[in-house]
Order: sequence, then C-alpha cells, then structure tokens
Amino acid sequence: MTNGEINLRDLQHPDIPVPEEMQSNIAVTSLSSLYNWARSRSIWPMLFGLACCAIEMIATAASRFDLARFGMEVMRASPRQADLMIVSGTVTKKMIVPIVRLYNQMPEPKYVLAMGACASGGGPFKEGYNVVSGIDKYVPVDVYVPGCPPTPQALLYGLIALQKKIERQSLGVGASVPWYGGGPSEEVPVPILGPDIVDPRHAELLRKEAQKNRVTPTVAEMLAESAQPESA
Amino acid sequence: MYGSGILKGLGVTFRHLITTFIDDIQWLGRKRDVEVFQQKQSLANRGLVTVEYPEEKLAVPERFRFTPFLITYNQDDPDYPGKDWCTSCGICAKVCPPQCIWIVRGTDPKTGRPKPEPEQFYIDIDICMNCGYCAEYCPFDAIKMDHNYELASYDRTSTHIHDKARLSREIRYWQSIAPTIAAEEEAARGGYDHTDVQKARKKAGLEPSRPDPLKVKPAEPEPAPVAVAVAEAPAAAPQAEAPKAEAAPAASAAPAAPSSAAADGETPPHPGWIKRGKRWIDPNAKVEPVRRKGKSE
Amino acid sequence: MTDQVLPQVTDLPSTVAALKERFPNAVKDDTRSGYQGVIVDPAHLTEFARVIRDEFGFNYLSSVTAVDYLGHGDHLEVVYHAYRVPSGGKPLVFKAQTDRNDAVVPSLVSIYPGADFQEREAYDLYGIHFVGHPNLKRILLWEGFEGYPMRKDYHEAYYEQETKPFDSRWPGGHVFRAEEYNPFGHNVRYPAGFTLDDYKPVAEEQLQQGMALGVDIMGDPAFRTDRLIVNLGPHHPSTHGVFRMMVALTGETIESLEPVMGYLHRNHEKIGERNTWYGNMPFTDRLDYICSMANNLAYAITVEQMMGNQVSVPYRAEVIRVLMAELTRITNHLWAIGFLLNDLGAFFTPALYAIQTREYILDFFEATAGSRMMCNYMRIGGVAKDLMARIRSEAALINDKVRDMDTMEYLDKLINDRLPRSIDELDELLSESEIIKSRCIGVGLLPAEMAIAYSASGPLLRASGVPYDIRRADPYSIYPELEFDICTRPNGDIYDRYYLRLDEMRQSVRILKQILPRLKDTQGQPIFGGKTSYSIKVPAGEAYGHAENPKGELGFYCVSTGGGNPWRYHVRAPSFINLTPLGEMCKGQKVADVVAILGSIDIVLGETDR
Repeated sequence: MTNGEINLRDLQHPDIPVPEEMQSNIAVTSLSSLYNWARSRSIWPMLFGLACCAIEMIATAASRFDLARFGMEVMRASPRQADLMIVSGTVTKKMIVPIVRLYNQMPEPKYVLAMGACASGGGPFKEGYNVVSGIDKYVPVDVYVPGCPPTPQALLYGLIALQKKIERQSLGVGASVPWYGGGPSEEVPVPILGPDIVDPRHAELLRKEAQKNRVTPTVAEMLAESAQPESA
Repeated sequence: MYGSGILKGLGVTFRHLITTFIDDIQWLGRKRDVEVFQQKQSLANRGLVTVEYPEEKLAVPERFRFTPFLITYNQDDPDYPGKDWCTSCGICAKVCPPQCIWIVRGTDPKTGRPKPEPEQFYIDIDICMNCGYCAEYCPFDAIKMDHNYELASYDRTSTHIHDKARLSREIRYWQSIAPTIAAEEEAARGGYDHTDVQKARKKAGLEPSRPDPLKVKPAEPEPAPVAVAVAEAPAAAPQAEAPKAEAAPAASAAPAAPSSAAADGETPPHPGWIKRGKRWIDPNAKVEPVRRKGKSE
Repeated sequence: MTDQVLPQVTDLPSTVAALKERFPNAVKDDTRSGYQGVIVDPAHLTEFARVIRDEFGFNYLSSVTAVDYLGHGDHLEVVYHAYRVPSGGKPLVFKAQTDRNDAVVPSLVSIYPGADFQEREAYDLYGIHFVGHPNLKRILLWEGFEGYPMRKDYHEAYYEQETKPFDSRWPGGHVFRAEEYNPFGHNVRYPAGFTLDDYKPVAEEQLQQGMALGVDIMGDPAFRTDRLIVNLGPHHPSTHGVFRMMVALTGETIESLEPVMGYLHRNHEKIGERNTWYGNMPFTDRLDYICSMANNLAYAITVEQMMGNQVSVPYRAEVIRVLMAELTRITNHLWAIGFLLNDLGAFFTPALYAIQTREYILDFFEATAGSRMMCNYMRIGGVAKDLMARIRSEAALINDKVRDMDTMEYLDKLINDRLPRSIDELDELLSESEIIKSRCIGVGLLPAEMAIAYSASGPLLRASGVPYDIRRADPYSIYPELEFDICTRPNGDIYDRYYLRLDEMRQSVRILKQILPRLKDTQGQPIFGGKTSYSIKVPAGEAYGHAENPKGELGFYCVSTGGGNPWRYHVRAPSFINLTPLGEMCKGQKVADVVAILGSIDIVLGETDR
C-alpha cells in the first residue's frame, strides 16, 4: 500500500499491508469495506454554492484547509459526475426546483450534505416567504453541519462524518441504501412554482385542504386556534 | 516581447513552488511540532500552510462564536452544585434576532409565582445565526458562545433542538475555553460568584463572593474535544460531548414528551391533537425529513 | 466628465425652493416630522425628473424604493434618492404617493435607466405598476406568485406576530418548529381552494417571452441562422452564486441578455421590518457576506442618523470602524480578482493566491469579532468590543499557543508587510499577462455617461472614469481626515475594473497605515457611545445612510414610526443595481465573455437578491 495502489492479486496474499485508515475498521476482509474505503476517499462534490456558506466551502477547498487531502478536490460542475451535493446556503423556493432537478441527475450512489443552519432547517431566514425550511423537505440528507456559517473545520468534520457513514454501508442485497439493494431509487418529483412552491407529493393533501376553502393559515392563526381550549 | 507578462506570472508561481519545498526542508521531521505549527500559521510564514485538519487544528480565538450554551456552577461546587446561572429573565430570547430561543420560566410550586430559574431552555440551532447577542446582552453572564464547532449529525429532528440538559455546561468549561474573557467578567461581577448569589450572601452578612473554588482546589480539566473524537465510532462522534451532557439523554432535544391531554379532561381543538406545554399540536404534522428508501441505517 | 456644466444652484435647500417655484402645484415639502425632501404629484413626476436631471444636475438616481404606509395614511409611497455625480453632496429626496388598491406611478426608466430593476422590484414586492416601464415583470419572485409580500398586510406562512420579540418565546416558551403548525409541514401558503388538478405554472413561459425564440435573423441567405437562446445558471460554475442569465445569440454574438435573479431572495427586508433595530445588524452580515464589516458600518451610520444626538460615536470607535471597513475592502477585492480570473478560465490558481492573504485578515476578524465572516461587530453608537490586547486562541485545544501574539504587532505586520506584498504579487502574477490583456481589454465597455445613467456605483463606476466615491462625496466616519486618492481608470472595460481594484487595495493599505498610529494613540478610550439597553427605540422619521462599500454604494433607507422596529428597512444593494447595465455591456460581445463581464462587475448574490 506504500504507493497507494491496490493490486487485486495482492488480496490473495495473507501479508497484504493494511493501510492505517483500514486498520480501525471492524471488517477489513469484506468487500464492502474495501469498496467503501475506496469510495469514501474519492467523493467528488458538486461545484455548487448557494449563499454565505459557499464562501466557507470555497475556503475549505482552498489552500489552508485543502479538501484534496480527502480526495474531494475534484469539484464537478456537472451533477452527472458528482457523488456529493453540498447544499451550502439558504435554499429558496425559487432555487429548490433546480436543486431537485440536479439531485435527480446525480448518478447513484449519491449523498447530500446540508451545510449550515439554512440548509438544515431554514436558518435565520426560516420565517421568510421565499425560504424552504430545510433541504430535507425535498431530498434526503446524509449529514447535517450546523453553524451559521460552519467554519471550514466544521465542514471538514461533517465530511469526515460522511466518510464514516459511507464506510458503514453494506453492499449486500437489501442493504441500507437503495443503490446496493433493490436497484435504483425513485426520482424526487420536481416542485412546481405555483402561487407558492408546490410539492407534487402533496397533490392529495392539497385536494383535501382545498375543500376547506380557506387560505392556508399562518403559524399565528394555528397558534391561536390551538390555544383556544386553554382560554375557554 | 509578447509572452513576457505570462513568463513573469509563471515566475511568481515558480517562486511559490520553491517556497513550499524550502518550508518542507526547514521543518523536516518536526511536522507535528506545536511550535512549528504556530510558526507556520502565523504571519511569520511566507505563504499559507495547510492545516491538516483532524490531526492538527487551528485553535479558535477566545471570542469565537458558535452555538450558545448555558453556564451552571460546577457540579463539585461546595455550596451551589450545578446551580443554573440563568434567571430566566428572557433578555436573550427577546434580543435574539431570528428568535431561536425558547424559555419556560420556572415557577415556585408552593406560591405559583415565577422564580429566577428556567424550567426549560431550548435553542433551535437550525435557526440560530451565531450572532452572539444573547451572550452580549445577558446581564448575568449566564449564556455564552461555545467554541465547539464539531456538531455534525446524521439526523436533525432529534439533535438540533438543544434543551437545557444539552445546553448546560459548568463554569469551568467557560473558564477553560476563554480564560481572559472569563477573568474580565469575573472582575466586572465583583467576584467569582453569580451576581444574585453575591447579593444573597451580602444580605446574610457573608463575604459577597467566594474565591474561585477551582483556584483553591485544582480540579481535573474538562476533556477537550480533541482529534480523537473524529477517529472514534462515527455514531458517537457527532454527539461527542462533555460527560455531563452525555448523562442527559442526547435525544431529549426532541420537544418535551407530549403529556396526555385526555387525562386533564380538556378537549383538543382538532380530534387527535395532543398537548405540549400549554399548546396543542398536530402529532401527524409533517416535520419529518424526506428519507431515502431502504432499510433503516 | 469634467466638461459637464454644473448647476448654478448647488445647495439642497435652494434647489428645493427653486423646484417648488418651478412646479407650484405639483411639488410640496414633506412636512411629516423627521422626514425630508419633497412630495411630487405622480402626474408631474416624469417632467420633474427630467428637470432635475437636465437643469439641476441630479444625473444619478441612486435608489428607488417603496413604502407601505398601511395605518399611517394608507398609501403606498415611492421614494427616490438622486445625486449629482461626480460632485457629490447630500441626496435630493423626492416621493410620489399612490393609492394602495390601484397603485400606479409613471416609470422613470426613460430618464434614469438605472431605475429599471428597482422599479421592477417595487412592482414585484409592492404591486406598484410603473406606467411606461419597458419590461415590468416580477424580478425576485416568479410569475404566478400569489400576493405582494412586502405589503404590510401580507402574512407569510410562518407569520407569528407583527414585530419581534415574539410572545411565544418567553416566559412560556414551549419549543416548536414552525412546520408543525402548517398543514403541509412546509413553508407554504396557498390561496383558498387551490389544487394541482388543472394548474399550469407560467413562470418559465413568461421568462422565455420577449426573447423572440425561433426568429430568423436576416443576413446572407446562405448563412441564415436561427436565434439561439442559451440559459446560463442558476447552477453554473462561474456565476458567483445562483444567478441566471438568458442569452439570445446570433452565432456566438450576444443579441440580448436578460438577467434572472431571485434564486437567493431570502426576504431580508421583510424580516428586517419584523426585527428590532439591533436585530438587523447580524442580518446585514449576510447581505454581502464577503464584506460583513462594511455592511455593519453602513447600517450603523443610517440608524445613528435617525438617533441624532442620542448617540455619539467615540473617536476610537470610528478609527476601528475604518480599520475594519478598509480591511474588508481588501478581502473583497482579493476575492473579486481571484474569481474574475476563475471566470476567465484560469481555474483556481490565481484565486488561491488571492485568497490566502484573506485568511490572515479573517483571522483578525475572528479574534476581534468572533466570526470569520459574520462579524456582527458594529453597534449603533460604536463597536461591540475593543480589540483584544492579544490575539489569543482557545486554550483547551492541542495547539494552544497558536496565534497568541500582540494584536498591534499582528496588525503592523499585516498592514506594513503582508498586504502590500501580496497585492504586488498579484499585480506581478496577472497584470501583464498577455492572455488576460487579450481577454479583458476592450471587452464589456461601459462608457462614463452610461455608467451614471445606469446608476452604477463603486469600482464599476470609477473604472469608467467617474471620480465618485462616497468617502469623499458625502463623507462619513473619519474619512475626511485621512489621505487617499479616488482611483479611476479611463476605459471602463474588464481590465480597467480589474486594475482599479488593485489600485484601490493600495489606497486601502495607505489608509490603514494612517489608521495604525491613531489606534495606538486612542488605546483605552471608549468604543461605544450609544444606548446600552438591549432594545432601542428610534425617533419617528426616515433616514438614508450610505457608505462606499467595496462593491459600490450600499445604502439603507429606514423609516421609523418611533418604535423598537423599523417600519421600512430597505437596502440599496450595489450588487443588484450594478447589474442593470449588464445587458447593455454584453450586447455585441461573444458568449464566452459574458461570464467575465459578470465577474468584473463583482456581485454577491446575497446582496443582489437579498
């Protein structure tokens, strides 16, 4: 392993040198581990910045923190060549449409890292009328990195957490992730820019709500409604 | 001459290339040396040297702000073990720009009147903008900004609302991460003790403030979040916490367990709603994030 | 620009008097307490604008915005701020009032093309129809969006209360997530009876309209080509964030370009009107997130104007403010140059060189203000904390002595050695490169007259040869006592904008060198002269404060009704308004240059979309 290359024939030799990173793993012998080890150390993120956090993401990729040490320096502009989507910043309703489309275009296995408070749960802008309260309302998120913005070291910590997560995934049939088990997963339906952002998965719920024939209540109205029995 | 400008530029990159090798040779064999690291990361260096993150960390300055935490007396304090410094005055909740702080003011069970102690304290770190106003305007030095930025998690529904147990840290933790500021604050308070404690002691005819028990009797230092945490089991890593926070269930960040409404004989505004605190909520409301289909990980 | 005839009437009061004489029935003083300027009858607005531009020399319409006075007269008001450029001075404020239910105001785009995007924004957020606007459609939101969100009676899905602090937080603050109280679990609000069954979204179609798809282009019949529409963004590797452009091409030449924005519209102004006065300070950090310190300063200046003599900024605080603002200018220009080179195709090497020095400035910010980027450092009446005596690191970590050095020593080294050295290095690396010259010189031209007409500001304006810098034109803080030159470049192309930024960084270093002795002299002096309370009340009235931010004129237009929250909080964002001439600058250029031109304007989407 000195030159960093794996010769498959070496695997038959019992004295194969075990890299330090793999020594801490429980199942060094299983194919999953080898596969995951290789994959977790060559995650290509998508070159994709949204807001303030993107600046810290660039700082992470730049010389001082240097993502290349994790095999992640190849930031791909095309989703078709990317493994990881770092959602770095506030996700607006207008932007969620392209984001979902980009996510669908990424080949599996694919991962999503929500960087910062905004991407995780709306952040300080959560109350805004054009802000999505968390990217996980639309696409599955693997790692959340809190902070506003997370420092480059916090992001690196999150990326290491993602590596650990990948290392634990199993290649077996019916595994924890769809792409190793039952074939490709379904596409996430792309939201629609209607009078407000519309999630196509809510079509049924919309029909049910429409029967009430009211404007969707605000949190204040719902709070008042829910506090009523208290005052009565 | 055409091309001389490009050559000049290439000269700059070449100089950088040489410099990196000079640095490598200069620090040969002393890569992990703390002093070398300091030299490399300061202005004394000619360029900018990479921080090899999990192995070496760029220490954060004392004023660094990440998420807020609450200060309590040390657990081994002889007089007030583990007592909250927060008086639930609500200034932090009022000054918080994105309104991410929720406080339930404590009440005296006998008199039913408010008492200066929070019954619950929540901070939604999915909203928090790390602005530091809560710490800046707290009149009791009871809320401070933590330096621990290593908070990544695999799930936000259960871990991103920090409750009182998760937020509380001993005062010695604050003294350890920000010694200068803590000393300044102590001087401004007029002593080690909380201002209310000082008042009470004065009333009782005692010295207003005790000396810092830590300085009288050196206690073991707070285990610092060091690089090892990353290399450990991943499930534990995102929640790597001080012993005290570990004792409290980490998942208690999920809002307080909904109490059964039927027992109180109250009728919910909508069938099936449950009561939380003084309010009713729809337990089926979709707050769950989208998850990948597959067996549970 | 020097040959422009300056008006005879130069001071503002006599200008206003002359204008009232000129329009006896249409112009009247704004007599509300704390207000300034004149109210113009909408019927005469166009004529008024032409007169002030042509006869009084107010050739630069800086800011156009609207205010909803619901419950305070129940009208919508469009507020304009105009300057004389380059002579400077205070703005002429004029307003036009219109009915809330039938909001119609004549458009000023024909007189001031720079009003284009700002009027569209007012239309988008307030529903004011600007008659005569050539392209009046939504700009930040999408076509089909329900309602005009900045109106006071518009309540978003997560609306809790009119102003902060919310009652639900204390004393009975049982935590909840806003999603729990929305039937959809999302941040959405639909009109009554809305279903997806027969709904057709119109957003994209409306965008394509006006781009004249599929029209044959005349020319040599043998080489007749179709017009080609290319969509750049919002996810594009070099658009400085989520910015989108629709480009109509003839071959490779750009025929027309339409910027599409709003992909980072995070409702800064709406949230700002809910926030307390102090609460807006950390939000300004997130406007132009590369220059948070400078944003803080502009906001502090604005509110200090409204507070009048209730606050006085101590001298040391002003010194620190200028220190921070100029360091910020350097970080921004380093960033801008690095990423301009990215856009030109020099992928990342120059950017890495440019931002390495930025890291050292950020280290100083982190040690002083507590955060690398979101400094939240200025306060109304001073700054939050004095500089630390020593730049210290957290003691509990393994490398506990790192960066423990004397702050003044650090600054000294940074300003006198590191910054000049890296600016020179960048100059050496890039300025004479033939590739850069051939890509940049003569591309993306913006003549001086056009720059003024389009309300361009900052480096974009000065690179076109207009010596207009707010630090000199309408001085604030301690800039009058500091020596520096207003840099200009004659040609107004990409190369000039690049080179001007280098020059400006050198001027910033010059300012910083003058700041250092002042810092030493004022050691120990107070740094805060405002109110120490956690919530402040601001006297009723309006104020427009502006500062020369690295990207241009950052202005805040605030209206107070005397309470703890702003009634109106508007940001005159340089990144947004500097985009107005983008279409004109790109016309006739090659498609490959679009990204470079955009990079040379230097925008940040957080500020563009707010």
